[in-house]
Amino acid sequence: MSANPLPVTPPLTKKDFQSDQDVRWCPGCGDYVILAQVQRVLPELGIPRENIVVISGIGCSSRFPYYMNTYGMHSIHGRAPAIATGLKVARPELSVWVATGDGDGLSIGGNHTIHVLRRNVDMKILLFNNRIYGLTKGQYSPTSQVGMKSKSSPYGSLDAPFDPLRLALGAGGTFVARAVDAEPAHLTEVLRRAAHHKGTAFIEIYQNCVVFNDGAFDYMTEKAAREETRLVLTHGKPLVFGKAKDKGIRLNPKLEPEVFQIGREGDLSQCLVHDETSETLAWILAHLQPPKFPTPVGVFRAVSAPTYDAGVHEQEEEVRGKKGAGDLAKLLGSGETWTVS
Amino acid sequence: MDATANHPEREHPGKETPREEVETVTIRFCGDSGDGMQLTGTEFTKSTAIAGNDLATFPDYPAEIRAPAGTLPGVSGFQIHFSSRDIYTPGDAPDVLVAMNPAALKTNLPDLVAGGVLIVNKDAFSDVNLQKAGYGQNPLDDESLARKYRFFKVDISGLTERALAGSGLTSKEVALCKNMFALGLMFWMYGRPMEATIAGIRRKFAKKPQIAEANVKVIHAGFNYGETAEMFAHKYEVKPARLPPGRYRNVTGNQATALGLAAAAQKAGVRLFLGSYPITPASDILHELSYLKNYGVTTFQAEDEIAGIGSAIGAAYGGALAVTTTSGPGMALKTEAMGLAIMLELPLVIIDVQRGGPSTGLPTKTEQADLLQAVYGRNSEAPLPVIAASSPADCFGAAYEAFRIAVQYMTPVILLTDGYLGNGSEPWLIPNVEKLRPIEVKYRRDPEGFQPYARDPKTLARPWVIPGTPGLEHRIGGLEKDFTTGSVSYDPQNHERMVRIRAEKVAGIAKGLAPTEVFGKPEGDLLVVGWGGTYGALHQAAEQLQAKGNRVSHLHLRYLNPLPPDVGDILRRFRHVLVAELNLGQLAKILRATYLVDAASYNKIQGKPFKIAEIVNRCREILEPDGARA
Repeated sequence: MSANPLPVTPPLTKKDFQSDQDVRWCPGCGDYVILAQVQRVLPELGIPRENIVVISGIGCSSRFPYYMNTYGMHSIHGRAPAIATGLKVARPELSVWVATGDGDGLSIGGNHTIHVLRRNVDMKILLFNNRIYGLTKGQYSPTSQVGMKSKSSPYGSLDAPFDPLRLALGAGGTFVARAVDAEPAHLTEVLRRAAHHKGTAFIEIYQNCVVFNDGAFDYMTEKAAREETRLVLTHGKPLVFGKAKDKGIRLNPKLEPEVFQIGREGDLSQCLVHDETSETLAWILAHLQPPKFPTPVGVFRAVSAPTYDAGVHEQEEEVRGKKGAGDLAKLLGSGETWTVS
Repeated sequence: MDATANHPEREHPGKETPREEVETVTIRFCGDSGDGMQLTGTEFTKSTAIAGNDLATFPDYPAEIRAPAGTLPGVSGFQIHFSSRDIYTPGDAPDVLVAMNPAALKTNLPDLVAGGVLIVNKDAFSDVNLQKAGYGQNPLDDESLARKYRFFKVDISGLTERALAGSGLTSKEVALCKNMFALGLMFWMYGRPMEATIAGIRRKFAKKPQIAEANVKVIHAGFNYGETAEMFAHKYEVKPARLPPGRYRNVTGNQATALGLAAAAQKAGVRLFLGSYPITPASDILHELSYLKNYGVTTFQAEDEIAGIGSAIGAAYGGALAVTTTSGPGMALKTEAMGLAIMLELPLVIIDVQRGGPSTGLPTKTEQADLLQAVYGRNSEAPLPVIAASSPADCFGAAYEAFRIAVQYMTPVILLTDGYLGNGSEPWLIPNVEKLRPIEVKYRRDPEGFQPYARDPKTLARPWVIPGTPGLEHRIGGLEKDFTTGSVSYDPQNHERMVRIRAEKVAGIAKGLAPTEVFGKPEGDLLVVGWGGTYGALHQAAEQLQAKGNRVSHLHLRYLNPLPPDVGDILRRFRHVLVAELNLGQLAKILRATYLVDAASYNKIQGKPFKIAEIVNRCREILEPDGARA
């Protein structure tokens, strides 16, 4: 007869990840969709709920942890990646998620964002990009377009915006993706991919702020327009878009991307084929901007690279292997010593 | 060989130089920052420790890594005070000054005691170097030097070159060995054992045996020069000090801090996590701990000061003993995160190795002006415990104590040390690991009746619950918490209740403190009060005054917030209270406000520690008002 059988844990469901707190985002906010999709994906991962931690900074998006029935910390403005790094290094077995926004992650916390990417600490960063400061009621953000009229830029913003994906790629991001709140199924797919990535998974999520920047992404989310204005990336598939799948992206002789009509201006073989492991291609895709180009969504880059947190523990093991486990008495008595009798 | 002829025994060549017994000596090595004075001082310290003297050291170096060679700002010094009895400071003024170039002579000569030993590297007194130091003419030609001091001009560079003739070293490599000549000469003069230094050099240059042997040869050359040069009237003997029995080593304050942190984590049986951004003079703590990977110590060199403390908060949330180390400007940057740690009620140690400020200030010089920043410098009502170390070796116990409080009360704790303690060194009686006070880490695992902010009735600490614990999933954050459930609450009454309970928790730490010790009688005419790195100077000043029959005692505060419950009574038992600090009176302000006591201040803000004599003189002024003094 076998000893105590392992307890059978029923598989978790979306409901298990919903906390008892009332969700207090504005009605119609894109954040609801993101929350729902994360709660949908997490049960699939087979990770015990207690091993999941969501850390956020400050901003509308950073209320996220309160609504997740996991461990969570709503910290201070911009610092979530730093806090998450300390947690992940101390406890590598945890699944660490960061919820941040364009202000939190790119303005006040920009430094931590680039450094966590550079180190490739194993965590998922969901950057809700609504191109506006919502919580402080409507000032332009580091992703707002030049000329944007806001509470703090009544004559139009003069600031050139960041492109979050170019920043992430430039910082050495090993998983860089974009999704949109308006396409939940696709968002779920990207979240699932991110969840399985070892290293920093950076997802920019275009998120509509219904109050202060409503319709910022309509050009590529409206059903009528989106087949022409956004490009869904699939690894190994040609970069084709358009209602009739009749448009492609190719490189011209100057190695710049251009849109061409498949059939009329060239054949499908000229079309770039998506390859998530190509850094060059990721750069080209990150430079595709409207109105000249469709906006790519999906996984721009996914490569395998050593993670910082694993490295820390490997090095520790290596030193322990060479020097043996530390002995405190020996440590305190190390160096030149002498005895007074 | 050119030696100054102020030598009474010069007419008796061949006679063994007598060894004169002295109780206490202070030597200062000074030269260009490229002359290796810190190494020379460290090596002399090592052999002095082995010789069994009590000692204290004070490295004093410029903020620039290499200020232009030969200039006044580029002068680097290392002072060691050693004795056959207990000492507590690196010495007020050097008895022996070794000056390797004109700039070093110019900046340090005013400190040398009258009649002290002055040794200069005369080869460095070239026209160019004299000009860089601002000397119109060569001071070595000034006959008054030989009248005021026991003055020796030694051609250290030339003798080093000759010792290494044919060694195959480049002239640059040869020049780098000249500090070893000065070291060898001092080894001779004070009869120090050289073996440890020589073995250390051979270890350090194991891959460059040629360099190792050159250094060893030059040390011997310096030693032999003292023996045979017939220019030094005396060699000295400083008998071993009568320290309490046990095994000793020499430690700097930063080393002791690192060891205290590592010891706390080992005793608690959990990981030590240091999140830190390099900053002078705190970086050595990071360096020391980064070697201890096999002790379960993780060091994270963060992208900035905020990430240093941020990562430490994350690690503390995960259950580690977490610490962040910095100095004044970095403290300022960490302020907001400290507020978060107060709100989260997680254990965390924040170490401020204070330096001269404000802003960048005097990065390599010492000061005690971050006290009010530590006690009060956060937005809103944000109390946290503040403690201070009083000597280099005491940094061990202070760091250990900081973690004990942090864990027991679930609170961030600030430990204040300073540049003088961090870089200074003294012998340390190596503690018995078994006898270190236990640090009990208990993570809550029981879901039954769990509330994240339910408090221990005695300590008012909330439970430490770490992610990975099934059934206790909950959210914490910087927003105000409900007193009972820990959920976000904007309720006005609840906020006041939470502000008060956080303050009460920190104030309650005082109840657990041992009675405060006073050095000297428990009542009298004058109580000298200090905190932190001024301990040695204040203690010895009180000792000197007591020896002369003055009713003077010394109170040195380790616990600065909360203050121990007996401090008010102690202050009231003295006619005068003098608070001596390296700032404009920060502790005095706190004591006056807390106890309504008429405390006077004695302040020095020069980037330098107190001299014993300065404290003694100030005390005399209080004890003997103008009329009474001749």
